[in-house]
This record gives sequence, structure tokens and C-alpha cells, in this order.
Amino acid sequence: MNFSTFLRHMREGFRSVFRNGWMSIASITSIIVSLFILGVFILLVFNVNNLADQADSQVEVNVFLELNVNQDLREQLQDEISKMPEVSNIKYIPKDQGLEELRKNLGEGGENFLEGYAKDNNPLPDAFRVQVIEATTVPFVAQKIEALNTEHVEKPILKVRYGGETVQTLFKVTALIRNIGLILVAALALMAMFLIANTIRVTILARRREISIMKLVGATNQFIRWPFFIEGALLGGIGSIVTIIILFVGYHQLVVASVTSLNMASMVTLIPLQQIWLWLGGLLLVLGIVIGVWGSTVSIRRFLKV
Amino acid sequence: MIEMQDVWKTYPNGAHALQGVSVKIDRNEFVYVVGPSGAGKSTFMKLMYREEQPTKGQISVNGFNLSKLKQRKIPLLRRNIGVIFQDFRLLPKLTAYENVAFAMEVIEAPRRQIKKRVMEVLDLVGLQSKANRYPDHLSGGEQQRIAIARAIVNNPSVIIADEPTGNLDPETSYGIMQLLDEINFRGTTIIMATHNRDIVNSMRRRVLAIENGMIVRDQIRGEYGYEF
Repeated sequence: MNFSTFLRHMREGFRSVFRNGWMSIASITSIIVSLFILGVFILLVFNVNNLADQADSQVEVNVFLELNVNQDLREQLQDEISKMPEVSNIKYIPKDQGLEELRKNLGEGGENFLEGYAKDNNPLPDAFRVQVIEATTVPFVAQKIEALNTEHVEKPILKVRYGGETVQTLFKVTALIRNIGLILVAALALMAMFLIANTIRVTILARRREISIMKLVGATNQFIRWPFFIEGALLGGIGSIVTIIILFVGYHQLVVASVTSLNMASMVTLIPLQQIWLWLGGLLLVLGIVIGVWGSTVSIRRFLKV
Repeated sequence: MIEMQDVWKTYPNGAHALQGVSVKIDRNEFVYVVGPSGAGKSTFMKLMYREEQPTKGQISVNGFNLSKLKQRKIPLLRRNIGVIFQDFRLLPKLTAYENVAFAMEVIEAPRRQIKKRVMEVLDLVGLQSKANRYPDHLSGGEQQRIAIARAIVNNPSVIIADEPTGNLDPETSYGIMQLLDEINFRGTTIIMATHNRDIVNSMRRRVLAIENGMIVRDQIRGEYGYEF
């Protein structure tokens, strides 16, 4: 194929999109609908994943110590806990630091609540913050730490606390949403392909006569196919670009709204658009074009057997 | 140029369209194909540009052996044959100019050459001034002239015309025949199926009469020979 033939195919592809007016709009709309739903699900799945990751990193075991624990015993305990194979990190939080962190976490509302408490009348005990390698082992590790009390006559451990039940259910729910989401995404992608194949088939059906005339004057199948390829790619491209704009503008509004309404440093934070726009946009664009070209290929195949 | 040897054609529904046709057409001939409707004229024409394949027998056109011609080589055969139909078969969404240019785009001719050649043939058929009209805005005779321009634009050695004047009034038909005669004079073989007795009898050329799928008459400077 020489360059002027390529230009001719491009020209024909473009003109055909405009000439088929409503048919093209129907194709583009079906692409938009499919890709939009797909995009929403991808965003949902990734945010749920992100949420699970955040929850994962927030899962830690807080070990509060009795007031009578001296430095030697404390260091001995820290040593024993850090030797457990499930534990990745242990940090000593003196009660002064604990009070400060609590103030910070509670924000303005906490200010009143903690008023009057200072260094000399700090109600908090000293604590260890223990992180584990695998989030699911949290209950087990908590039990093991509590059991340390039986090995020391001083009974140094006041309390062991962790996210408990809620964290475990969160893991189960996120895994479920993730799996359902992935299945739905796959099904929707397939549905979009069939929708577009059908729309382009109708377009080609309307041009059956044209194709037979082209063949009569000696056009090769390849020559007839090219403008349809370009038309399909164009329909897919336009559809995905519109989808990307709608999806990104909408998602950005959502991110902004969630940040302003949940000013308490909440666990539920959405992935910012800057982090994902490039690859999500790229994915939707490529997918749209692939769907368009694939649809036109499938539809035209049987009309070329003249 | 064109040769058929004992060609038979039976359609899947059992109709015997051609039964043992043998014929030879030389370069630069002008041949009328006449005969009653359903006698096999159209099948005879379609076999030559490989729209249909014979059930039995050999056909060669322009040096192509059609029984051995591979599917993907068919376009090459057709580029050397111009076809003209009763219903013109123009692309409705393209202008007159674009319809003619299309046949050259198919063979990947450079754009400059296309422009020059298309204007040349539009001039030959007398429609240069209507180059930018769409088929809907042209009369039947004008549409057929565009179809003829498209058929000859690539300088084919053969033109196959299936009742080119079938939809036209006598005066317009006469103009079309003059044009075909001119093209034949310039060196193109023309094979034309027709029901038009006046044309065959006034412009005497070789006549092939087909009845019941057989050539019953092959006459140089023949006459139409039917009373309808």
C-alpha cells in the first residue's frame, strides 16, 4: 500500500463516520456506555483494593503496660515480642508520646476532651506498638503476647488491643468485592465488543451494494477492509475519549468532595486522579480502539465472500 | 482474447443455464449477445468476469485461465475488464468524478494521474461539466455515461455490457451506442447483451444468439432476428 492509498483510506474512514450520522452516534454511544461502566468498576475495584491496603497497614497490635514495669522488664518484653516470627516491627511508645499522638488523631474535637491532661497527670500507660508481617495473623499474635503475662510474676501487661473482628470482616468483604468486580469487568468488556460488532454490522449491511460494486471494479478485500478498520478505530477512539472525559471529571469531583467532607483524617480516602489518569486513560483508549477495529473486522468478514 | 470451450453451467437449484457453449472472441471485436430472457445471456456474461464459475469447461480471458484463477487473483482479472450494467451501479454517495476516480484508486494510481485521467474520460463521455454532481442529480443517460467512464478509465482490453440501454429511451440509447462504438474504434473489445432490436439491426456487428443455454447462431454483421 502506498502513501496516497493510505491517505485515501483515512479520508474514506473519516467521511464514512460523518456520512453514517446516526449509525455512528449509536456505535459511539454503545462504546461510551460499555467503557463507562467498565471504568466505574475499575475505579471501584482499585479503591477497594487501596482501602484494603490501607486497612492492612493500619492493623497493628497495641500492648499497654502496667505502671509498675521498670526499664529492665520493659526491654526484656520488647526483646521477647520482637523475636516472634510473625512480628515485623515493634516500637516503644512512652506515655507522653502516646498522649501527644492521641491529641493529634482526635483533632480539634479532642482538644476539649483532653483538656487538663499534661505530663504530670497523664492517664495513659506506656505502650508497645507491634506490627505483623501478615495481617491475618493479628489475633494469633495478640494471644501470644497476652500469654507472656503467665511467664512473668509481675504480670506486666495491662491490655492487648487490636482491630479485631471488624478488621477480619473487612478483609473478607474486600476480597469478595474485588472478585465480583473483576468478573463483572470481564463480562462487560465482552458485552461491549458484541454491541459494537453488531452496530458496525448494520452499517456494513447498508453498504452491501457498495462493497459488491467495489469488487466489480477490481478492489481487493484488503482495499475494501481498510476504511472500515479506520472507521471502527475512529468510533472506538471517539467513544473512549468521551468516556475518559466524563469519567475523570466525575471522579475528580468525587475525590474533591470526599476530601472536604471527611476532614477527620479518615480511613476512607480515594485514590487521587493524578495517580491513575495516565494508565486508566490509556487502557480505556486502547480498549475502545481495539473493540472498534475488532467489531468492524468481525462484521465485514462474511461480506467479502462475493 | 476470450475463449470458451464446452462450458456448462448448472445452478444449485437445478437450472441448466448453459449447455456446452464454445466460442472465440478476438481482440477489438464488437459482439452482440441476443436471445430471449432466461436463455443464459446473463450467465454467459457473468462467467467472463468471474462472478460465476462454470460447472464444466474451460474459459480464458485476457490470458487468465479462469478455472485455475485463485480467489485473491480475481481483482487482477477484473481490473482488465470494464463492466457496464442496465442499472448503472454507481456508488450513490460519491460524485460523478469520485465514482470514476474510484476505479483508479483501487489500482493505487497516484493522485495526480487520477485527476488527469478522470477529467480526460469525463470529457470523452461529455460530462466534464457535471463532474461534481451526485448520481441522484443526473439523468439515466448521464449516469450510464459515468458508468462507461468508470469502465474505461483504466484502459481495459474488454468491456462487458449487460443491457446497457435497457433503462434508456431510444434517443439516449443511440448516444450510448455511439460512445461504445467510439471506444471500440479506439481498440477495446466490446461484448454487449441486449434486447434492443433497432440497435442491433442499425449498427451491424457480430451477433451471438443464445437459446436454452446454447449458441444457436453466430453471425458476422448479423441481425437481431427476433420479433419482439
